Amino acid sequence: MSQGSMAQAASPSVAVDYNMDVVRWAALATVFWGVVGFLVGDVIAWQLAFPVLNFDTEFLNFGRLRPLHTSAVIFAFGGNALLATSFYVVQRTCRAPLYGGRALPAFVFWGYQLFIVMAAIGYVTGTTQGREYAEPEWFVDIWLTIVWVGYLAMFVGTLLKRKEPHIYVANWFYLAFIVTIAMLHLGNNLAIPVSFMGAKSYSMFSGVQDALTQWWYGHNAVGFFLTAGFLGMMYYFIPKRAERPVYSYRLSIIHFWALIFLYIWAGPHHLHYTALPDWAQTLGMTFSIMLWMPSWGGMINGLMTLSGAWDKLRTDPVLRFMVAAVGFYGMSTFEGPVMSIKAVNGLSHYTDWTIGHVHSGALGWVAFVSFGAIYFLIPVLWNRERLYSMRLVAHHFWLGTIGIVLYITSMWVSGIMQGLMWRAYDELGFLQYSFIETVEAMHPYYIIRATGGLLFLLGSLLMVWNVYKTIKGDLRNEAPIGTPATVAAE
Amino acid sequence: MLLKKHHIVEKNVFFLILGIFMTIIIGGIVEIVPLFTMEQTIEKVEGVRPYSPLEQAGRNIYIREGCYNCHSQQIRPFRDEVERYGHYSLAAESMYDHPFQWGSKRTGPDLARVGGKYSNAWHVAHMIDPRAVVPESIMPGYPFLAERKLNFDDAQAHLETLKLVGVPYTDEMIEAAKADLYLQASEDAAYDDDFLARYPNAATGDFDGNPAELTEMDALVAYLQVLGRMVDFTTYNPQMNLR
Repeated sequence: MSQGSMAQAASPSVAVDYNMDVVRWAALATVFWGVVGFLVGDVIAWQLAFPVLNFDTEFLNFGRLRPLHTSAVIFAFGGNALLATSFYVVQRTCRAPLYGGRALPAFVFWGYQLFIVMAAIGYVTGTTQGREYAEPEWFVDIWLTIVWVGYLAMFVGTLLKRKEPHIYVANWFYLAFIVTIAMLHLGNNLAIPVSFMGAKSYSMFSGVQDALTQWWYGHNAVGFFLTAGFLGMMYYFIPKRAERPVYSYRLSIIHFWALIFLYIWAGPHHLHYTALPDWAQTLGMTFSIMLWMPSWGGMINGLMTLSGAWDKLRTDPVLRFMVAAVGFYGMSTFEGPVMSIKAVNGLSHYTDWTIGHVHSGALGWVAFVSFGAIYFLIPVLWNRERLYSMRLVAHHFWLGTIGIVLYITSMWVSGIMQGLMWRAYDELGFLQYSFIETVEAMHPYYIIRATGGLLFLLGSLLMVWNVYKTIKGDLRNEAPIGTPATVAAE
Repeated sequence: MLLKKHHIVEKNVFFLILGIFMTIIIGGIVEIVPLFTMEQTIEKVEGVRPYSPLEQAGRNIYIREGCYNCHSQQIRPFRDEVERYGHYSLAAESMYDHPFQWGSKRTGPDLARVGGKYSNAWHVAHMIDPRAVVPESIMPGYPFLAERKLNFDDAQAHLETLKLVGVPYTDEMIEAAKADLYLQASEDAAYDDDFLARYPNAATGDFDGNPAELTEMDALVAYLQVLGRMVDFTTYNPQMNLR
């Protein structure tokens, strides 16, 4: 089978009544929730630098806004990007409209938005299970389960109706994401409500078992929500945009199965040196290191797809977003295995290094590949000749990139510094620093980090403007990127 | 070769789903299930008991305010951590924690053994305005906790639910839940042998400096004051629990 022909199969020459309404909604929701998530993230970044910004109120303090930020970017921004692109890709690569008529896709989309709003209200009002990235309470979890069953039915139904003999590789990743998130969500949220009229519930697990269940969930929210699903995005939009076939079909098979097999085991690296039994920690570390290989298999397959089309990076900032995303993916999937080594983790755990690592993945990989897909989709979905402005896309790219670099470098420095300060001894054998001295030392880095976040947020506002103008039908009068600004003198 | 057979799953959605499901289920089963079945997972130690109703109410406030976003409750077996925070954490110490609150970040210090380190008055002043007692602190202030009446009169339902998920509350504890809630924050608790038998090592008395009312601050401080104080480490022998 030729992957190239599959990616090309999306040619609109065959008249299929694609359901593009729901793709349009989800694309706009991606942009909207992205800005919300980045904004809240930057607000809490400034709160860490200047605690007065917590305003001593219960609704705006860091403890409640931080889950709002993480969920807004992961589930609202990332989730809508996955909905938009999976709705689009599965239709195009199957040459079949979404299963379930108009009603089921609309239910999945609006039901998911309702989930986001219910979760967000819960965070601000303190209605939380207190499990990282799985904070929503039991009734919100049940609602998400119903929506997710609809999503699975819609996706599988569309695959069943396909006119293509093969299921395209992007859809393997989307399917693995949908199936695994269902398993993780059900496994990690087993809880008993105190009363069916109240929000509070108690987890069925406790202590060490609860911890591993939670990080089995938490790490694979990264592995399947933020990785597998977005690799699906990579496998469609990079070949499409570069107009090149996927580099290696065999590599895509090997790295797909290896990735989804190994990821599940990696959760215990979040619990190194805790009361979790050593055998489980060692197992988690071993699989995390092995995970490096299939991760880079995906990176290589994405980057090498550019073979023969590298020159496009100079002229196409949309492709630049996608390729830089794959680069950040490669970087953070190297950093991850390093940090999962117990000796390294002993230093990095509990510090900002983890936060920096997460953001090189979340901002560099997840957000950048989503921006690329959004910039690709908007003109297609609204039948516009092109984006309003490619120059604005280029500015967005550089604002975002500089923002990420400021973010992750400041977190490396502050994280490693704090880790070293905690374990520093003076010549008399006493701990050299009190805890609060290490907090004080973080201050400049928190300001740099928040500034980086601000640049990233500004970049996303350029995207909002560009998307708005494109949909409106405006075209900015500008010289194409890559042409010299001035003609050289005689 | 297997790669040559891959077209089978590529052409059949159900084989693909089955393949994915079989692939992703294994890791979790191998790592998580033994934690429930192996006896060595949780050490045998004396002293770990279910939380008193007031402590549990405080724990729920700790969760509600998202304290776990900045504070861990898990001391690692490193020289510096043991010196800074106390004996490394045992699995047994969180075996009645639904959910666990080990945390993943130390923007603030670890709290696994904060119980008894500071006075009630210090905690109250610190919660109301952290910078009043620690000028360099970046913690948000929580003045509203001291002004809000504690709403945990359904303590009995909470304890019953916790019993359902495995916390060994006795019928006596459940029956006395609401009374114990108020009792613990009164001066009488220190002389109530029944209460102290139910919840040994519980901190008692008025916590927030306002004996007239039972506030959320009372509950939170009661919880903080018991953290890490249940196990008597003078009699703990790690050799008994080699894992």
